[in-house]
This record gives sequence, structure tokens and C-alpha cells, in this order.
Amino acid sequence: MQNYSAVKDSDNEKRIFHRRLNISIAMVLIFFSVLAVRYADLQLFNYQAFVTQSENNRVHVQAIAPKRGLIFDKNGILLADNQPSYNLVVVKERVDNLEQVLSDLQQLFDIDVNSIAKFKRRLTRRTPYQAVPLKFRLTDDEISRFAVNRYRLAGIEIKAQLVRHYPQTKNFTHVLGYVGRINAADQNEFSVLANDKSNYAATDYIGKLGVERFYESILHGQVGSQQVETNAHGKVLRILGQTKPRPGVDLHLYLDAHLQRKITSLMAGRRGSVVAIDPNTGGILAMVSTPSYDPNPFVTGISTINYAKLRDSLDLPLFNRSLQGQYPPGSTIKPIIGLAGLHYEVITADSTVPDPGWYQLPNDERFYRDWKRQGHGHRINLHDSIAQSCDVFFYDLAYRLGVDNIHDFSSLFGLGVHSGIDSTSERSGLLPSRQWKKNKKREPWFPGETLNIGIGQGYMLTTPIQLAVATATIANRGYQPIPKLVKPVNNINLNDGASVQKGILADGTLNLARDIKESHWQQIIDGMEAVVHDSKNGTARAIGRGINYRMAGKTGTAQVVGIAQGAEYDAQSLSERQRDHALFIGFAPIEKPQVAVSVIVENAGGGSTIAAPIARKVFDWVLESNTEKNHSAMLSEY
Amino acid sequence: MSSRSDFSRNLPGDPSALLSQTYRLQRWRLDLPLLLLLVCLATFGLFILYSASGKDIDRVTRQFIYFVIAFSGLVVVAQCKVDILKVLAPIGYMVGLGLLLLVAWFGDDSKGAQRWLDVFGLIRFQPSELMKIVVPLTVAWYLSEQLLPPSLKTMAIGIVIAIVPSLFIVLQPDLGTAILIAASGLFVLWLAGIGWGYLLAALLVLLGSAWPIWHFLLHGYQRQRIMTLFNPESDRLGAGWNIIQSKTAIGSGGWDGKGWLNGTQSQLDFLPESHTDFIIAVLAEELGFTGVLLLLVLYLFIILRAAQISFAAKTTFGSLVGGSITLTFFVYILVNMGMVSGLLPVVGVPLPLVSYGGTSLVTMLASFGILMAISAESNRR
Repeated sequence: MQNYSAVKDSDNEKRIFHRRLNISIAMVLIFFSVLAVRYADLQLFNYQAFVTQSENNRVHVQAIAPKRGLIFDKNGILLADNQPSYNLVVVKERVDNLEQVLSDLQQLFDIDVNSIAKFKRRLTRRTPYQAVPLKFRLTDDEISRFAVNRYRLAGIEIKAQLVRHYPQTKNFTHVLGYVGRINAADQNEFSVLANDKSNYAATDYIGKLGVERFYESILHGQVGSQQVETNAHGKVLRILGQTKPRPGVDLHLYLDAHLQRKITSLMAGRRGSVVAIDPNTGGILAMVSTPSYDPNPFVTGISTINYAKLRDSLDLPLFNRSLQGQYPPGSTIKPIIGLAGLHYEVITADSTVPDPGWYQLPNDERFYRDWKRQGHGHRINLHDSIAQSCDVFFYDLAYRLGVDNIHDFSSLFGLGVHSGIDSTSERSGLLPSRQWKKNKKREPWFPGETLNIGIGQGYMLTTPIQLAVATATIANRGYQPIPKLVKPVNNINLNDGASVQKGILADGTLNLARDIKESHWQQIIDGMEAVVHDSKNGTARAIGRGINYRMAGKTGTAQVVGIAQGAEYDAQSLSERQRDHALFIGFAPIEKPQVAVSVIVENAGGGSTIAAPIARKVFDWVLESNTEKNHSAMLSEY
Repeated sequence: MSSRSDFSRNLPGDPSALLSQTYRLQRWRLDLPLLLLLVCLATFGLFILYSASGKDIDRVTRQFIYFVIAFSGLVVVAQCKVDILKVLAPIGYMVGLGLLLLVAWFGDDSKGAQRWLDVFGLIRFQPSELMKIVVPLTVAWYLSEQLLPPSLKTMAIGIVIAIVPSLFIVLQPDLGTAILIAASGLFVLWLAGIGWGYLLAALLVLLGSAWPIWHFLLHGYQRQRIMTLFNPESDRLGAGWNIIQSKTAIGSGGWDGKGWLNGTQSQLDFLPESHTDFIIAVLAEELGFTGVLLLLVLYLFIILRAAQISFAAKTTFGSLVGGSITLTFFVYILVNMGMVSGLLPVVGVPLPLVSYGGTSLVTMLASFGILMAISAESNRR
């Protein structure tokens, strides 16, 4: 470096430097222009696109769940309510380590493995930043425990929500059904969901059974929405605009909650069903199926263990006997068979048969026994055969009518088809015919089978609701009401799914209300009146004692055939479950019917001893509780 | 000096009057126009930071304190004789290189990158910050003692001095800083007049080495950033998120912006790193294109004033150092504003004097202190 001054040309260096610096400054100006153009491009020429994008970032539309319609009984007693419930929810985006947080939560709260699994399934069906519930119905204690630990639970929140509550617990389950969380199956099979998914954007629950399911579209209401400003973490900062949700419609039932509870207490400890219907309107006054269960745990998700208990119970509490239970009608079918005999002129009111205690078909060795070993005398007519429930008379009548006539005629009373009640899971029972047997069993019809049908045994199966409707049809002398649980809302009949004409044969040749002679109705109803009021021979004469009104009824005893025999249960309970079902149908008052009833008590023996007294109490309630004094007296009975 | 007057016409007012005038501050060896511009920019920056940090007055206060420290640093550095700086440069360079080696071995692994050196647990120190100042000084120190324009050998040594620290810093890994430090050294070579042929050759070498650099030198995340630049939509919620959100913030600002403190992208946290590297997006969103232009004009004035000082430097060393500082300052602006607007890949480079952060501020203003020192010893009187 010694010699640099000798050759170093300072001026030249400066010149070079100045030139280079000038070039640099020119470059700076060029690049600054490039930057300016770039920013102008974004801010001036693409302004609209970016403004839209930033608005989309900021503003979100949130759905607001409508309030579900309430359900009341006819007196305004609340049967289905909405209660605020505090749920533990997880926003996955805000949780650092989900597994860690879940195990922390499990230590803090009582969360079983099963609900973790359910939660994870829910996680897969959500939109970003959506809060997914983990635990429902937190107690006050749990809420305060959360509050204390909140600092270490990022992404976990407590969210208030209105949740269905059934204040009457198990008394109304088989009527109301219940709501439950929307699951994958609902998405597919529920037309309400499929048609208008957006309406359920904020809804977690949907009717699963019964009235809750049948009236889902009305109970649910119309979803609302609000525009909210959210930050990048999905947190709502303020509400910009709102469309209020339209709440669901409140439903009022025909059902009388007091009567329902009274019947439930009468049926305590028994398996069976009682259906009470107003023949004039078709309104269901009571519909009890015992045993029942508390629907409330089902709303937010019943535990597997508790569900298994209900599912595996021998008493089938989950089974809605009123609509699903298919029983042989036994002798309760006899009024209809009798009426068919009169109408088809196979018999008259004066026709008699000898009853030695058995019946025999021509060219058949077999004896068809009467329930009364010694028989009902050698000249018994229709009236007495109904009153005393003579089997031989109806063996003979059925044989002479033939199964197809019985099938056609009985179908007019709603047997063998859905009643059209505004509920779910109804079964149609079974009304056998030659055609049916050929199709199903690939066998010809045997004459002996017709005899069994004549006394409501054999293949014939009916549901309690069908028997109640058939009884109401007799009470109305041919006019068949469509059973309805829910009263019309704003004078609109909601139950329009069952607007088919009832009581008319498919080919129009027979119209129950038009074509049956008044005298024939009278003769049948007279027979049924004698069941209760003939204090010597009526099968249900016991309940006729001290009665203040005129009632028509018919007892029945259905043989239990082919009970499913599990190896687990002991001989005692087995034999108990093989006993006959007790049945009773009836209506009152005869002159101006206000209520028709069907009672089935499983494995209770004879209809007259067990089923009929229950029916009597129902009639008493409906017909005599209109005075205040009686009402309170009856209320105090249970 | 015809070239100088050509250039000077770009400046507002009469530049010769401006230069010849004696400022009271010259006793303090401070250049008033440059100082005023820097204070203006810093004040402007504090307002943007207040909004960008979500009205966090604590953060603004802290930044203000950094400014006070950094401006004090500037004043202190400005008192140093340029010759002293020249002597200190190679020493500082060796110390810095040694510290970089220490970082490579013992560095504090904060935020996934080894950049900090924890000195006795007292101060956390980034040797790369020291290098930002020392590298151009050292290259200038070396070149100013050589025949200029530099010979091939001189150039090679100059390149080595400029590049070696960057190699360590790339390994930390801090690509942004490495590029800036290498650039500051290479700018000295450029200003010293390396031949155009060499420049062309260097450009070719750079292009030729793109493939090996891509495959062997760049980290996965750095490659990702470059890929994202070309197609941010390919990874909307991942690497593309930053750039999509910053472009949205800038674009939605329009002509005059959404108003100070009213930017939705920044205030609602859609914009990442809004108070540090991406702060220009906040400015662009809230003050619009006019705000961006205002900032660019401020920067341009600073660059022009700094260039003017470099022009007037007495010694070759002073010229080279001043020019390098000027151009490096420009590169900061270019890289930052380019990356935030999606023109360049995302490399962690702050927007000078606006982004939050004390260390880079101190370094930045220290280099302006050097400019002031050069200015004080210029031959313009």
C-alpha cells in the first residue's frame, strides 16, 4: 500500500464515483416508480376487488336459531318447554393442542369416552370457527369450575342455548316423542332438512319421534340471521344488521294432561295401552303406553349404558304400544263381525244358534271351543252373544260371512291400515284375507282360520289406536274420525297427511255412514250396552254398578301366541308373560258419544276384570269431571 | 462538477445555498435537512405504529424510547472523525466475524433462528446488526487504499469481505439480513467503479447459481415463500395467508384510505406482523395511496439528501461509505415494500424507521450518524 499515492488518481476516482452514484440515483427513481405503480395498481386499479375481499374478511352472516314452538295440553298445561342450557363448546381453531385440552377437560368435568367420540364426530361436520359442543347442561358447579380454570382453556367456551325440556317427564313421551341432536341419518331421511338446509343453519335439535317429529316443520320456525363483524380469529366484535328469526308455532293438543296422568297411574306396574278419543273431532284425549321413559336425557344425548337399559328391558319401555303394539283384538272384534252379519243379511237380530260349548265345521273333526265350557244355551241371538261374548255364535257367523267379507267390512273401521294419526312409527296391524295369505304364506285359506278371525284371534292384529278409532266409528254410527293429537292452528288443520276418505270401500260399493241401516247400528250398540248394563249377563257388568250414564262396551281376551322366549328369564316371569292380554273397548254416553276408549293390558288375563275398570275410570273422568267438585276430587285420587 | 449540478436541480430550493449555509447544528456535526427528514419520518412512523399495534400506547412509548436512544446514537456516531471510523472498521469487522462464529456455536435459539448472542445473560445481542454497519465500512476501507477502478484481485478481495459475513448469517438463517449486508458491501464495489464486464459476468454467475442456491442454500420455508409469491392462492391459509391479507389491506385502502385507526384488515387482526414487517400495509389501508406516496416522497428526500452528502464527501472512503449507506437504505425500502405488496418474496426486512423494533432502528440511525460525520467533514464549505 506504500505506492498508492504515486498512482492513485483522486479526481478520476471521484469522477467514477459520481457517475456511479448518478446511475444509482436514476435506478432509485426507477424502482420507486415501480413501487408507486405497484401500489397504484393494487389501490387504484384493483380497489373494488380488494375492498370486496376485505369486506368478506370482516363481515360474516350468522344464522340465529328460531325458538321452537311450545306444546300445551288442552287446558294450557305446558308439556314441552325450552330451557336455557349451558354447554361447554370448543372452537378448534383457537385450541393449541386439542388432545391435551380434551384430557384436561376430562379431568375437570365428568366426560366419558363415548361423548368424546361423539364430539369428534361432530367436529368433522362443522364450518371453520364454529363452536362445537362437548358437554351439555352444565351445572352451576361445573360452570364455576370452568370459570376458575378458564385461563388455561383457550378455545373453550360456555355457550347458552335453549334446549327442549319436558316438564312432565315420562307421562307424555309416547305422545310427544322428543327432540334430539341432528345426526347424519336425519340429514338424509328428513325432508325438512333436505329441502331447506339453510333453515337449520343454527339449529342443533330436531324432532325425532311423535308430535315433535310429525310437526317438525311447524314447531321449528324460520331461521334468522345477523351480519356480524368478526376479527381474524372469528370473534364477533359487533352486530351490523339483523333479520329476526320467526319462532315456531305453539301447538295445543286435544290431550288432557290430568287424564293422561290419571291413566298412567292406573296403569302403573302394568304393560299396555289406553287410548281415549273424542268421536266427534277425532281428538285424542289421552294416549298412554306403559311403561314409559323420561325423554329428557334423549335431548342432549343419553349415555350408552342408560340407553342399553331401556332398549334391553323386557318391558320394552321404548315401544309405543298405542301405535306400534299389534295385538289380536279378541272378542272386541265381535260388534264389527255382528254388524257385518246384519249388513250382508247373513243373520238378523232374531237369528239364533245353539251353543253347547263348542262349534264344529261340516266335515271337520275339530272342536272349536267356547270360552264358556258349558256354552251359552241352545238358542242364543246376536244381542246376547255380544253381551255375553259368545264364541260359538261368532264362529258360525264368521264361517257364513267368509273371510273376505270380514276383511272388507272390518277395513271400513280402519283396521289393517294406518289410522293417519299425526305422529310417527304407527303400524298398520293386520287384517287377513285369502289374497293376503296367498301372497304372504303361499297357502290357501282354511275355513277353520275364518272361525278364529270371528273371535279376533288368528292372524288378525290391531293396534290400540285402531281399536279406539273403530270404537269411535261405531259410536258415530259409521262416521270414522281421523285421530288427531294436535288441534288446528289458526284454523288450519295441520294433519292434512290423512285427508283420505275413511269408512268407504275402495270400489265405492260400501259407505259405512251411508249404507248401514240405522236399525243395524242400534242392534249392535244395544248389545254393547248390555255388556255393561245387563247386570246379570253382561261380561263387564261389574263396571256398570253405580254408573250415572249409559255406556256401550265390549270386553276381550287375546291369547298370547308365540311369545319370543329368551333363555335368560325365569319360568315365573315366562308364564306371567304367556297369560292372555286383557282388552276393553267402549264409548259413552250412548245417546251423544263424547269419548271412545280402547284398553289393552298385556298378560293381565280377562278383559272384564282388569281392562274394563280402567275404561270406566276414563269415562267417569271425561263425563263427570266437568263439575268443579268432581274434578278436584278426581285430581286428588292420584 | 457539472454532473453534480445536474443532479442538484432535482432538489427543491437552491441546493448550493442550502449547502453553503452555515447551520448552527454544524457545531454538532449534524446535517439539519437530513435530521429533520428523519425526525419527520420517525414521527410519521409512530402514528402508523399506534394504529398498527392496535392502539397499544405502551408499544408506541417503547418505540419512542428506541427512537431517543437511536437518535442519541446517531449524534454520538456523528462526532466520530471519519478517519477514526476507517481505522475502526476492519477491527469491528474481525470482532463481528468472531461473534458470528460464536453465534453459530452458542447462539440463542430464539424463534427457530440463531441470531442472538446472549452476553452474560444481560444483553441479547445480534452480531449481524454490527455487520450491517461494519461491512460497507470495511469494504470501503479496503478499496480506498487500492487503485480504483479496482483490479480483478482487488475486486475479488472486496467481494470476499462483503460476502463472508453473509454466509454465516444465511446459515442462522436470516436471508433478508444476509442479502442486505452483502448488498451494502457490494454497493461499495459498484460505486468504486468495477467494470461493466464484471458486473455482467456477476449477473450471469448469479443466475447460474440460482439452481444450487435454491436446492442447497435455501431453507424449506424460504423456498415456500418464493413459491407463494408466484401463487399465493395455492396455500390460502398457510404461507399464502400473509401475502393475500397484506395485498387485500393495501388494495382496499384506495386513494385516501379507510382512515387512521379504521383499517379493518389491520384492526381485526387479519394482517399478520402488522406492526413490524407488514406495517406498510397498515399505512396503505388506512391512509390510502396518498399515504404511500407521502412516505415514498419522504424516503426519496432522505435518499437524495444522503446522496448529496456522499457526493460532497471529502475522501474516497467517505464517498463510498456514504453511497453504500444511501443505497442500502433504499434496498430496505424496496425489499420491504416489494414483499408486502407481493412483488418480492417475503424476507424479514423491516420498513426503515417505521416498523416496530429497536435493534434495527439503532443500526439504521447509526449509519445515518456516519453520513452526518461525512457531511461534517465534506469539502462543500
